[in-house]
Amino acid sequence: MSDDGGDASPPADRDHAEWLDALADGEGFALVCPAGHGSLPPRRVCPECGSPDLSREPLAEAGTVETYSVVHVPSPRFADDAPYATAVVDFGPTRLTGIVRDGDETDGPPAVDVGDAVAVEVGERATDDERLVVFRPAGGE
Amino acid sequence: MTDVRVAGVGLTPFGSHPERTGRDLFAEAALRAFEDAAVDRSDVEELNYGNFMGALAEHQGHQAPLMAEAAGVRCPATRYESACASAGVAVREAVRTVAAGDADVVLAGGMERMTNLPTDEVTEGLAIAADDLFEVRAGVTFPGAYALMANAYFDAYGGTREDLAHVASKNHANAVSNEYAQYREEVSVAEALDAPPVAEPLHLYDACPITDGASALVLVSEEYAAEHDLDASVAVTGTGQGTDRMALGDREHLARTPAADDAADAAYADAGVGASDVDVAEVHDCFTIAEVLALESLGLFEPGEGIAAAREGTTTADGDLPVNLSGGLKAKGHPVGATGGSQIAELTRLLRGDHPNSGHVPDAEVGVAHNAGGTVASAVVHVLEVAE
Repeated sequence: MSDDGGDASPPADRDHAEWLDALADGEGFALVCPAGHGSLPPRRVCPECGSPDLSREPLAEAGTVETYSVVHVPSPRFADDAPYATAVVDFGPTRLTGIVRDGDETDGPPAVDVGDAVAVEVGERATDDERLVVFRPAGGE
Repeated sequence: MTDVRVAGVGLTPFGSHPERTGRDLFAEAALRAFEDAAVDRSDVEELNYGNFMGALAEHQGHQAPLMAEAAGVRCPATRYESACASAGVAVREAVRTVAAGDADVVLAGGMERMTNLPTDEVTEGLAIAADDLFEVRAGVTFPGAYALMANAYFDAYGGTREDLAHVASKNHANAVSNEYAQYREEVSVAEALDAPPVAEPLHLYDACPITDGASALVLVSEEYAAEHDLDASVAVTGTGQGTDRMALGDREHLARTPAADDAADAAYADAGVGASDVDVAEVHDCFTIAEVLALESLGLFEPGEGIAAAREGTTTADGDLPVNLSGGLKAKGHPVGATGGSQIAELTRLLRGDHPNSGHVPDAEVGVAHNAGGTVASAVVHVLEVAE
């Protein structure tokens, strides 16, 4: 942000970091309550119904793009990543928000459409190497 | 419960105010509101003040006492923060305080200073209204989030960029005569379509500008207005608020705004009116698609029908239901923490008959104001009526 404090990183969150580790290992999960509501860590209770009884359920192998946008004007933390395609993807018990990449971003982000199947992994921001959720078109590399 | 009257409204011109601090902007709006109200400052019992990013933009936290000084009032003063709905929640608490009989006179409004920051820092500053862990770190910007909603809407109901361009063109046309508006130039549908992309499908003219400005309202009880023989013909008869999951991806529906549905339902019930009674509306069009979503949440259009409202002329100045006669956030400007107060100021002027665009709604008796925070994780709706 500004010279005075804006460059400070947001605080780390151990549960979120552990969740990203699991995602990177191909073991991504959602927290699911007995009523079937899915959420992501850190959670002490289900955000929909307040149940403290949360279990880890694996994410679906592939998700479905529910909506997307190609972002041309980024925040400073994504300055070297733009233009990029951001998407909200349904993975069964929960949706994930991330960036769609196909491994060759030289001509800009890959074409994305609602209903596309994608896999999820952990990638890095081009701007500062911070980890982020990345979607890959399923079946295409 | 007493009726809450709008005794006076004050705005700064919206736009770029270099070399002025937020305290000076709010002082100007408050001064204008007191002049309009003819209420003695010493009668003010509370100040409810909205501000979103003052700590980032001005290095100034704890702004409420500062703004009480700037307005020349000495009373309990509190800052309210609810992203772009900060002033909306500040006004709502003022309305509830007066309605409950806890105070006869409350000063409410808000201020935002934004243009001193470079555009990329404003982009990042606004993004903090989204979920940091799961949205901001995944590249979601504020325009990007509304772009996600726009594409979800197009997929669910249909609609095109051209439909959205009609919303932009309409609101720019409305701003031309408004002396407080930031952009008082017409923008054609073709110009809006040709503008560069920000986050597809949203382009430059789908987005509101970056704005400095302040709003202030003097709200009084009906009894106080009568005792002091005030000219306060407009009443706030209904208030409602809704909250949704913070992250867009956690919402029940990506192309609807249930928090605003809840706020509207509560406000209409509070006022004892229905959507069909509404004659004029000021809604939170931070992006063109946001106006469409607002119209549907307010029950003014069915889901999927709001997208065509501007193109078909229903919501234009000469239409059956004029929307954003002020120019909206789109053209009047969006000083984030001031916007909710400015909408009520504009609606009051429209209903009193002293707004430059009042001639488009000469018989209007019921107005509705819709103010949203983030991607509508927060929403506030107020109903205003001509009381006498």
